[in-house]
Amino acid sequence: MIEVFVSSLLNGVVYGLLLFMLSSGLTLIFSMMGVLNIAHAGVFMLGAYITYQIGKYAGFWVALMLAPVLCGLIGAAIERYGLRFVPNRKSHVPEILFTFGLLYLIEELVVMIWGRNPIPATVPEALDFPLFTLFGTSYPAYKAFMMAVSIGMFVSLYVALKRTRIGLVIQAALTHPQMVAALGHNVPSVYVLVFALGSALAGLAGAIGGFTWLTAPTLAFTVGPIVFVIVIVGGLGSLAGALIASMLIGILQTFAVVVDYSLRDLFAALGVTVSASSPLYELYSIKVAQTAPVIPYLLLVLMLIVRPRGLLGTRDA
Amino acid sequence: MFSNLRRLGTAGLALVGTVYAGSAMAEVKMAFVEALSGGAASAGLLSQKTVQFFVDRINAAGGLNGEKILLSSYDNKTSAQETLIALKKAIDDGNRYVFQGNGSAFAYAILDAVNKNNERNPGKEVVFLNFAAVDPPLTNEKCSFWHFRFDADVDMKMAALTEAVKGDKNVKKIYLLNQDYSFGRSVAAAAEKMLKEKRPDIQIVGNEFVPLQKVQDFSPYVAKIKASGANGVITGNWGNDMLLLIKAGKDAGYNGVWYTYYAGGLGAPPAIGEAGIGKVKQVSEWHKDVTPELDPAIAAFEKRFPGQENEYGYWRIKTMMEMFAEAAKKAKSNDPIKVAGALEGLTMSTALGPVEMRADNHQLLQPLFVSTMSNKVKHPLQGTKIGFITDRKVDAKATAVPTTCKMQRPS
Repeated sequence: MIEVFVSSLLNGVVYGLLLFMLSSGLTLIFSMMGVLNIAHAGVFMLGAYITYQIGKYAGFWVALMLAPVLCGLIGAAIERYGLRFVPNRKSHVPEILFTFGLLYLIEELVVMIWGRNPIPATVPEALDFPLFTLFGTSYPAYKAFMMAVSIGMFVSLYVALKRTRIGLVIQAALTHPQMVAALGHNVPSVYVLVFALGSALAGLAGAIGGFTWLTAPTLAFTVGPIVFVIVIVGGLGSLAGALIASMLIGILQTFAVVVDYSLRDLFAALGVTVSASSPLYELYSIKVAQTAPVIPYLLLVLMLIVRPRGLLGTRDA
Repeated sequence: MFSNLRRLGTAGLALVGTVYAGSAMAEVKMAFVEALSGGAASAGLLSQKTVQFFVDRINAAGGLNGEKILLSSYDNKTSAQETLIALKKAIDDGNRYVFQGNGSAFAYAILDAVNKNNERNPGKEVVFLNFAAVDPPLTNEKCSFWHFRFDADVDMKMAALTEAVKGDKNVKKIYLLNQDYSFGRSVAAAAEKMLKEKRPDIQIVGNEFVPLQKVQDFSPYVAKIKASGANGVITGNWGNDMLLLIKAGKDAGYNGVWYTYYAGGLGAPPAIGEAGIGKVKQVSEWHKDVTPELDPAIAAFEKRFPGQENEYGYWRIKTMMEMFAEAAKKAKSNDPIKVAGALEGLTMSTALGPVEMRADNHQLLQPLFVSTMSNKVKHPLQGTKIGFITDRKVDAKATAVPTTCKMQRPS
């Protein structure tokens, strides 16, 4: 029992930090700047593919440095030459439509260049060994690396937003753009900068996420929804909220997989017997383990009903 | 890098070409209904090219009873509703033969619609040629005179796979992990039943279902498998669910054997990688190292469609097209009823042994192979150094399983 508990907890923490790594870029763009960027997962996918392509010629570590830079440039271009011309910054609808279309374009582009099939898994040799073994289960070094990067992202984002001048300007630009402009700051270029940073983070996540996720053109649509769940459950405008939401979802989901009980077992324990003829029998028979992948979305719906601003949010979603 | 773009252009031109060339004379119209766009398109596109390749071969050899085949493709967009719309369009366009395979849910939709169509439109019957949908009811309780299956069904493959388990005395505990829909449920049920018969000493320590293509991290499942003490896992998973599962197993240092249906599928060998050597087994009607030399038809296919995503994978489509041509020849007609009648009970010899289309339920009996992932292969797969080598071959006759089909034939 203790074995299962410890290994589930570890898996949950690893998964939670991975989720945070994925959503950190979006936290910056959506949570801090208020831009609903559906194409974020597309940039993440580009990061994975760019890392693979550069890694083939220059090695993984060079690719790890270059992928975020390239993704940052792509992000800046999306904002400067695309989103800026989308009318009406007050409503989210135009930017959703624009970035949604962009996501499809990115997917088709990836299909044309790299094909429909997954590209070979490329864990670099330096990270491809079991770091430690606990109760007979090994934990690969690349997962530890991933966790370190994720924590590094959190710390640097936190410091940048809360302890620097530019962080102050970014946060102010969301709520009081005229005031910030009147104080002599170039608000449009703040947007470009934030978009570039957020996209660079997505690129970095993609470079590393390619190990665990399968790098295929479907990647963007696989990870896209979960990233939004984290930002919304965590709360708009809160970095710590995003971290807590990631960990919560990671750990909940991992533990749910282990629970092989259903509502039927609960009824049995309470002395109520249900048979195949009872109404909703199918529903009672679903094991908790089977619902694990749905938990994030269940949490999202519950959160929007009970507390629309999320765990630590400063404004309503 | 941009060769895909160029190929797209050529394919478009070729398509226009066939449409114009074909319209002049009498022809046999055949429809191909599969996912040709979206996430599931890679299997649809590969099977489309394979069917087209063999259609072209039949046409080059003079066609069917002197008539050329005209193949048209319809996108089912990975949806049962869209499948029905596509099928309706195909029938309205005059197609009397329909190909489909990937996805049993879509096969059920087609079968149902074809049955109804044939009942209502005597003289305009449509025949459904299925090359991959393997849910057992299609040739059992739902069997139809108008449907022919050229892939071995779940039960037949499980019979072969459990023979391999039977021979492996080290395996004492088995874990079943499958996708939560009709196919995955069929795999789990077949595994439970057959293991009980063949190895009553084996304990089934888990019977898990995961939602289709929704799980991103399989580590918790692997942790559960390890905690159960299982030294073998039987899984019908395909696509991401297959690759991510084995990848998570590798990360956690899982040492058991994977008994799979689709470990040789598109994209699987590169994703599984060296981790699968000696541990990943699959059951299939063919694999690239099944004979020392590649079949000439396959070599010609790969020459015509280069690139990793076009690596040959559908031996059964070759068998299907050859049997179909043979049946038309035997019937001396291209009329669907007559060809279907000739297909019933038809036997043919292939490079891998004799095959037979069962008359009682329209299920093809063909040799099956259980193979293991290895790096000592002559034909490595999809840009990797690994492939599969045969452990055991089950002859066509021996793959037969009892059927509950009560075939209704047109009078």
